[in-house]
Amino acid sequence: MPRRKGAPEVNAGSMADIAFLLLIFFLVTTTIETDAGLDRMLPPMEPPEDIDVVIKQKNIFTVNINRNGQLLVEEEIMDIKNLREAAIAFLDNGGAPSGSPEYCNYCKGKRDASSSDNPDKAIISLKNDRETKYSTYITVQNELVGAYNDLRNREAQRLFGADFVTMESEYLNPETPSSVRDELKDKVKRIQELFPQKLSEAETSKNQ
Amino acid sequence: MSKFAKKKDGELPAVSTASLPDIVFMLLFFFMTVTVMKDSSIMVENTLPNATEIKKLEKKDRVIYIFAGKPTKEYSNVYGTETRIQLNDKFASVEEVGSYILAERAKKPQELQNVLTTALKVDKEANMGLISDIKQELRKVNALKVNYTTFEGDAFNNLQ
Repeated sequence: MPRRKGAPEVNAGSMADIAFLLLIFFLVTTTIETDAGLDRMLPPMEPPEDIDVVIKQKNIFTVNINRNGQLLVEEEIMDIKNLREAAIAFLDNGGAPSGSPEYCNYCKGKRDASSSDNPDKAIISLKNDRETKYSTYITVQNELVGAYNDLRNREAQRLFGADFVTMESEYLNPETPSSVRDELKDKVKRIQELFPQKLSEAETSKNQ
Repeated sequence: MSKFAKKKDGELPAVSTASLPDIVFMLLFFFMTVTVMKDSSIMVENTLPNATEIKKLEKKDRVIYIFAGKPTKEYSNVYGTETRIQLNDKFASVEEVGSYILAERAKKPQELQNVLTTALKVDKEANMGLISDIKQELRKVNALKVNYTTFEGDAFNNLQ
């Protein structure tokens, strides 16, 4: 009687079919999405201790959005397209006289004494109505963040020869090696200190 | 008989498909690793506004989502057409936002609890009143880091 030559081979021809089935299942259920958006910090609930801090009127840049999406910037009606420019002019003004401790040596603005002293003091105050549309609000937020980013880019180009936005996104990216990130951290911090984002949002006004 | 004599004339050999499973498995593993199972279906209209100065939400496990918008067609005859908040799989009132955030925060590992971001996915037609209420609730539970989720695009398109 002839002996068998070991175990018979399993037919693997249908493996491809099974793999295809699984593949199609995962293809259908996959959503490759990376959400992106505007990062903001809300003010904490408790007011800070030094509540009596006096902020000079000239250091505040008021932006008011009404229910129809119109803008009132520093008591004047303004088109939303000019907002970024106006915000840059305000932040970059550097109105403190040269020689004073508040003098801003990297500002390239008009140095108008009736506008902000330096970027560290400059505060943008944003107010909106309860009936303002969300899309308008996002556009205004986008323009104000854009104004800060434009100025930070300018300083980053001057100091490090790179854009602040790319530096920051590289710093925040978890895939960047940690040695690079440590180096970037100082740079990003330094630029952020030159133009700190001081964007205050008062509680929304009720309908008058 | 010569060693290099042709065995047959004219007939093409069949292409070997033996490596097909390998290729398919490779694709399979790729999709398996990038897959994120959808955990909630969106019950509100959710056309996000556009913005240019955006930052990516890199780590998904550190994000809590809040949706807001008008209920979609299937739900509008039950829930009306007013802008509503959606938390997980159900509609919620503004007062529930705080407890939802606290509950979601408690589910996350200890070391992530202080670095959570709240992603607000709000329809562009919504009014700021609701958003302000949500923001107020978030401040109450000290969830201060928010991200207004948007599409990338020219922000002035929002105004039309």
